[in-house]
Amino acid sequence: MTTGQATAPLLSLSRVTTAYGAIVALREVSLEVMQGEIVTLIGANGAGKSTLMMTICGSPAPVSGRIFHAGEDITGMPTHLIMRRGIAQAPEGRRIFPRMTVLENLRMGAEVAGTASFEQDLESVCTLFPRLKERLGQRGGTLSGGEQQMLAIGRALMSRPRLLLLDEPSLGLAPMVVRQIFAAIRELNRTTGLTVLLVEQNAWQALSLADRGYVLVNGRITMSGTGAELLARPEVRAAYLEGGRA
Amino acid sequence: MSAPILAVEALSMRFGGLVAVDRLSFEAARGEITAIIGPNGAGKTTVFNCLTGFYRPTGGSITVTHPDGARFRLERLPQHRIARDARIARTFQNIRLFGGMTVLENLMVAQHNRLMREGARLPLALLGFGPYMRREAEAIDRARFWLDRTGLAARADDAAASLPYGAQRRLEIARAMCTEPQLLCLDEPAAGLNPRESEELNALLRFIQGHGADGNGCSILLIEHDMSVVMAISDHIIVLDYGRKIADGAPAAIRKDPKVIAAYLGVEEEEALAVDAALHGE
Repeated sequence: MTTGQATAPLLSLSRVTTAYGAIVALREVSLEVMQGEIVTLIGANGAGKSTLMMTICGSPAPVSGRIFHAGEDITGMPTHLIMRRGIAQAPEGRRIFPRMTVLENLRMGAEVAGTASFEQDLESVCTLFPRLKERLGQRGGTLSGGEQQMLAIGRALMSRPRLLLLDEPSLGLAPMVVRQIFAAIRELNRTTGLTVLLVEQNAWQALSLADRGYVLVNGRITMSGTGAELLARPEVRAAYLEGGRA
Repeated sequence: MSAPILAVEALSMRFGGLVAVDRLSFEAARGEITAIIGPNGAGKTTVFNCLTGFYRPTGGSITVTHPDGARFRLERLPQHRIARDARIARTFQNIRLFGGMTVLENLMVAQHNRLMREGARLPLALLGFGPYMRREAEAIDRARFWLDRTGLAARADDAAASLPYGAQRRLEIARAMCTEPQLLCLDEPAAGLNPRESEELNALLRFIQGHGADGNGCSILLIEHDMSVVMAISDHIIVLDYGRKIADGAPAAIRKDPKVIAAYLGVEEEEALAVDAALHGE
């Protein structure tokens, strides 16, 4: 473990199974994210990564298994109560509020954090995404795809989460912005001890950033280790890092 | 030298006081893969929406020229004729499939126009005779062909919404190809794909470029942020920033262009090459 604060699990999943009707998407998944860690989940399209992120947020609720946050059993708890425990997600598909302005979207994120730190948090989100600052009065639905992605991440940060769930933060963003987001995650983790669970198709970038990673194949965890260990595994390189020539 | 498949001249698109595209001119050569890159909010998708009739441009012209010399002015054409007559097909950044239909049904809907040309003989069709039946069999064959090419044959009878994200993106490409386009417009086809899947996408796009829907090749216009796709397959790259063209040229020149590095790539070439080398298991 490279992070000093890593002591107790902030999030732990124990044999979690999730299904959509008859289709089982996650099979007995167990994983832990320590306080202050950056953990990444890699896997092919359809492996169940987004389902895992949504299951942590209670939508859908798992069929079996337990989910603990800071030692508290949150299995089956309604989503809004889970979010009030300091968990925030920038979900796949962005899911911003299209008819609200950019500022109103960010206010919605800040609801959980309270108003005291609003101005300061808004300032830091605008520093991370100057484009959002230019568009604070514009409706979310009129933003370009990439700008909506920035808004979804900004909205999650406005809630001052202890645990940030990022589902493909780089989706649709320009290379320069992706680099800035990864740098910002590293910085927030270092300075505030923010704990991060990250799903990312760019496995090379994700494993380089993360303390540890899990590999998800067809709804099961098949491998775990430090970012460096997983980067060195030939089967990980072949499946997720290299192109068709591998 | 034949006319370019697509010639855009002084294209402008304003939304109230906001100028999303500002007197943009560029060409896409026939049979080539042309990429449009640029920062988020630069106006890339707006250009696509003007090309495909989702927006009526506030100024400028968009001309498509077919191999037989037929010309179409897209800014004047009704939206449905852009697909049917000018033969432009597109995919969407936010996937827009018919989620409740099966994969195969999505591809059949794409061929609805062609099938309905036989509509006048519908009574015969209902009896199982006439050209409609032959057309329908051809449509199914065409759908199967693109399902094979996109690796979706095993999912043909599954609901489109049940496919994983990357497969939905391929289905959008298959659906567009079933309309037998002259120009295929792809809005971020590699978004959400891992490096291995991106490499497979490159192979698919090269196949489409060479083969097209009818063996005569297909020109491709592509919006993409994944440089492992853009730099590997593009013949020509156009760079937008704030609705204007800031660079236009071959991939090798674009990745060294200081304006593009400052506005978009954000790193020097050496660093980008180091990342490439690491990605490809140097």
